[in-house]
Amino acid sequence: MILTWIIAIPAIGGVLAWIAAQRNVRAARWIALAACFFDLVISVSLWISHRSLGFPGTLIREQIVPWVPRFGVSYHLAMDGLSLLLVILTALLGIMAVASSWKEITERVGGFLLSLMLLLSGILGVFLAYDLFLFYFFWELMLIPMYFVIGIWGHENRVQAAIKFFLFTFISGLFMLVAIIGLYFVHGRATGVYTFDYPTLLASPVTGRYASWLMLGFFIAFAVKLPSFPFHTWLPDAHTEAPTAGSVILAGLMLKTGAYGLIRFALPLFPGASAAFAPIALVLGVAGIIYGAVLTSAQRDFKRMVAYTSVSHMGFVLLGIYAGNELALQGAVLEIISHGISTGALFLLVGMVQERTGTRDLKHLGGLWATVPRIGGFTLLFALAALGLPGLGNFAGEFLVLLGTFQVNPAASAVASLGFIFSVIYALRLVQKTVLGPNKENWSLPKLSIRETTMLGILAALIIWLGLYPQPIFDTARASQSVIRQSASKVGDLP
Amino acid sequence: MGDLLWTIVLIPFLGSAILAVFGAFMPKKIAGTIACASIGIAWFLSIIVAIRFVETGTANVPLYRWIYVNGLHADMSLHLDALSMLMVGVVTFVAFLIHLYAAQSMYAEDGYSRFFSYMNLFVGFMLILVLAANLLVLYLGWEGVGLCSFLLIGFWYKDIKNVHAAQKAFIITRIGDTALAIGLFLLFREFGTLDIQTILSNAGRVLPFAGATAAVIGFCLIGGAIGKSAQIPLQTWLPDAMAGPTPVSALIHAATMVTAGVYLLARMHTIISMSPAAQLSIAVIGTITLLYAGFSALTQVDIKRVLAYSTMSQIGYMFVALGVGAWTGAMFHFMTHAFFKALLFLSAGIVIDSLGGEHDIFKMGGLRTRLPIAFWTFLVGSASLSALPFITAGFYSKDEIIWAEWSSQLGSIWLLAGGLLGSLITAAYAFRVVFLVFYGEAETEVINKPGMLEKLAVIVLSIFSIIAGFISLPKALGGFDPFGRFLSGVLPHQPAAAGRSGLTAEEVILALSSTLSILGIYLAYAYFKNRLASEALGLSPTGIRVHTFLYSGWGADKLYDRVFARPYKALATWNRNDFIDKFYSGLGALARYANHNLSRTQTGKVRNYAAAVLFGAIVIAAIVLLR
Amino acid sequence: MSSVPISHVLILAAILFVIGAFGLVVRRNLVFVLMSIEIMLSATGIAFAAAGSKWHQADGQAVVIFIFATAAAEVAVGLSLLLRIFRRLKTVDSDKLSTMKG
Repeated sequence: MILTWIIAIPAIGGVLAWIAAQRNVRAARWIALAACFFDLVISVSLWISHRSLGFPGTLIREQIVPWVPRFGVSYHLAMDGLSLLLVILTALLGIMAVASSWKEITERVGGFLLSLMLLLSGILGVFLAYDLFLFYFFWELMLIPMYFVIGIWGHENRVQAAIKFFLFTFISGLFMLVAIIGLYFVHGRATGVYTFDYPTLLASPVTGRYASWLMLGFFIAFAVKLPSFPFHTWLPDAHTEAPTAGSVILAGLMLKTGAYGLIRFALPLFPGASAAFAPIALVLGVAGIIYGAVLTSAQRDFKRMVAYTSVSHMGFVLLGIYAGNELALQGAVLEIISHGISTGALFLLVGMVQERTGTRDLKHLGGLWATVPRIGGFTLLFALAALGLPGLGNFAGEFLVLLGTFQVNPAASAVASLGFIFSVIYALRLVQKTVLGPNKENWSLPKLSIRETTMLGILAALIIWLGLYPQPIFDTARASQSVIRQSASKVGDLP
Repeated sequence: MGDLLWTIVLIPFLGSAILAVFGAFMPKKIAGTIACASIGIAWFLSIIVAIRFVETGTANVPLYRWIYVNGLHADMSLHLDALSMLMVGVVTFVAFLIHLYAAQSMYAEDGYSRFFSYMNLFVGFMLILVLAANLLVLYLGWEGVGLCSFLLIGFWYKDIKNVHAAQKAFIITRIGDTALAIGLFLLFREFGTLDIQTILSNAGRVLPFAGATAAVIGFCLIGGAIGKSAQIPLQTWLPDAMAGPTPVSALIHAATMVTAGVYLLARMHTIISMSPAAQLSIAVIGTITLLYAGFSALTQVDIKRVLAYSTMSQIGYMFVALGVGAWTGAMFHFMTHAFFKALLFLSAGIVIDSLGGEHDIFKMGGLRTRLPIAFWTFLVGSASLSALPFITAGFYSKDEIIWAEWSSQLGSIWLLAGGLLGSLITAAYAFRVVFLVFYGEAETEVINKPGMLEKLAVIVLSIFSIIAGFISLPKALGGFDPFGRFLSGVLPHQPAAAGRSGLTAEEVILALSSTLSILGIYLAYAYFKNRLASEALGLSPTGIRVHTFLYSGWGADKLYDRVFARPYKALATWNRNDFIDKFYSGLGALARYANHNLSRTQTGKVRNYAAAVLFGAIVIAAIVLLR
Repeated sequence: MSSVPISHVLILAAILFVIGAFGLVVRRNLVFVLMSIEIMLSATGIAFAAAGSKWHQADGQAVVIFIFATAAAEVAVGLSLLLRIFRRLKTVDSDKLSTMKG
């Protein structure tokens, strides 16, 4: 039952906020904030109790309610270590998103908050769904509110970016729908059990000629969401044109749904096909890392630059997932969480700079450290996280991914390590063009408010904590890895 | 002792954090005191640890589980042995003196507390680097010091040139760091762990001697080392790094960070020895660099750039020592170099500050009488750098290396020749500066005089630049070597080549290198006395070309710019709008094109629709009837 | 009842149908379009009558009555629409009635 509450609270909060916004906008914002905060409290307390039990491998919570028994569809929610971590991340970034929109969104605030909260509900549903039909439902549920958030409350080029985002993710989702239905039939014909239920499907993975096609269907949906090279071109436009809150959620959470889908569904349901596909996926991952990093350095728009870094980092995640060993997969999980925090923080900073200067063009920025030292300091810190400085979360994740990949494919790992060099180039360029150098345009900007400093401070503390003490993450996520190995062993592939 | 060790490491971080958060709200005197106190306490504690270490021996001190994943077990832990004890001692001592100096010299600067926050952070990371028990912790310290170098070179960030210099440093060292990371991956694959002591003790069993794996690992480690230590081909960042404040140059780019590469190779000596190819290349790189840098230093005009190239050159010597297996010799030279190079930078800093920010040695002069303390200390430093016989620390350490170049099994006549030529040039460029700056006519007036703390720092360093050599005398002079014995538990002794060792050979080489040093000083004197003639020579067409070539670091910057920087920028800019997007826009264009053309069938005219219906009906009828 | 082969009648009906269809498609004046529709309907009537004659059943001729009734109704509606169009747009050129274009 608590899982349904986790999903429902943001939705209820959104509706209440929408109603409240007719009269009192401030109250509406607080309601939305409170809804996310409740979710954070619930999920963190679940984590603490899970931890006190010593991170057992069983599911933390589960809820099954039959929905359409005729077609094997049930309302099946479940939470294991990986989804718990992602739910916590969702609640946290949800708070950050609402807080960042405090001053930025001034028109139709109620609609905005409703969209944002529905979006969060959709994302939470994606992380918790254990029935493929339900999963697809939440997957599509994520798209519409995001479309509105970008298209209505975004920046200059918002409508085109929103449409592009929607078309990319929706069409790829259709491939997944075909695959889901195909899986239903193939599995049914093979075992006689026609169902959409994830654990049941997991118990007897599909092999044979259809497995590769079905796996590809899933892969395309998740690869576009991740985004993997070469399906990444929707990301820069969507991230740049979205309002700050939208970018934070987009980069911090929606991209992770792609990674989550790969780990939860694409890999365990089709272990043989995935193992055969792995070399291609590794190449795509490496390409994404390098391509994203090189392109980042050429951007002229502050926000677009930050958006492209996501392409590069998600390349590491793709690499880690398909490397096929626990080392790399744990690295990918840590990278997912660290990237959510560090890129979320960078987008918050972009938003703060844009609110103050009115521009995102790097030609006009520069020398901001002198007027707002905190923006300087935080930008530096999160840029260092982006470039993978040890001691911050991203490094541990990326290093483990490369270490794990090296055991499997040294060439891929070595080429991907070049990403370290290129990431320094773009990260330092980012810092140089925005906060260092002379203050050419003589900006004299207001200081960071308490709200802003608190948001950034919390994220900074988290990224440092993840870098120096990531062990809890590894412990929590370990059980999820074994699922992949178990299903692989049933098919006889992978050690 | 474990707790003390962790305290030594963590106190600088604490100091840095306090200064970062509260620095803006505290008066400069308090900030300076906190900064110096944190390093001072660390130094004091390191003395206590040293005493205990002598009694109890090596220690392994884990703090907590950092990363425990299937396969990789990496604790956040420290390892204390003779080598790391030496490094800790030197680092904290020199850092303390430099902090005292900087507390006074940076007093007038904006961002005083920010400066010391970075400096303390640096010392913290450096200590982590040298005390790391596993390679992952070492890598943490390694990148951390690189970060602080970036922050401190670009301290005066309002001038974009400083930011560029800082970026250059970070990017180039990152190239080395990536090589090191690949080395780490290889080591993990072969050994299943990143714990240093485990790797070193199992190296013989796991890696075939002189095999490909050992060579690749060796080259990766070397790659990391040359990036950090500014050896060829990753050397171009060091001269530009002089854009930072002088205490930064003294601490980071002379005494400590740049020697991290030397420490890494010394620490991983067992692996390096497994691959003669790799080890030889260390010696070759060292020799090439020491000559490259020495010649470049001869032409430099900015006093700090001379010292930067000098550092590059002296680290080249350390690399040669590593390459011929004289591990202890390399560490000895590291120690003496830390003293005299920091000294040189600090007293150069006194000169620069006293002249109101003048860096050009041709605009100095006659400061012997006006800045006596700077003169005497700079003289001592230069003498030590030039390895002036018997009375300077540099003599003993450099001599040990030059001897090893000849006598070691891995040595050769070529390495010896390179080392000897290098000492000649070293003495020449060092004393060129001495004569130009302190003798002759005064071109610029003295504005300030050095303060108490600054004087204290340079005087103490001068004393050590003289006496530090006496703890390791060559056999020809008695063989009193407590230093070598101290490190003997950690660093092995490379056996000498047959027929090349022996007292006479040693005495000959001793005499040879001493003569060359003095000859070098004389050359500098001759140049100075006959300045007009020398300058005329320099103005001839070949002279100008040679001079420009050497002055620009043998054109390395231009080369790298053309081969790497410009193509990369061009590629990135050309693809700015992501050519892959064209594919998707193409899809959209296709859809629009199809729409445009298909909608032309909707003419709005009933006749056309009727005709279409008719046509369709005929076709269907035909299909049905003719089936 | 002389023996006229049914194929002749059907060919006659087909030719009439084609003439009517051709006129429908080609002529622009709505009056002529309506006339062409009438011709097509008549042609089908002839075909039905011939079929009824061949199978010696009255059904064919019954359908002809239906067709006449339908034609009358359709002409009534068509002509009234034509009148409305003419009053509105002052033309009976079907090509001018293309606001649904594109």
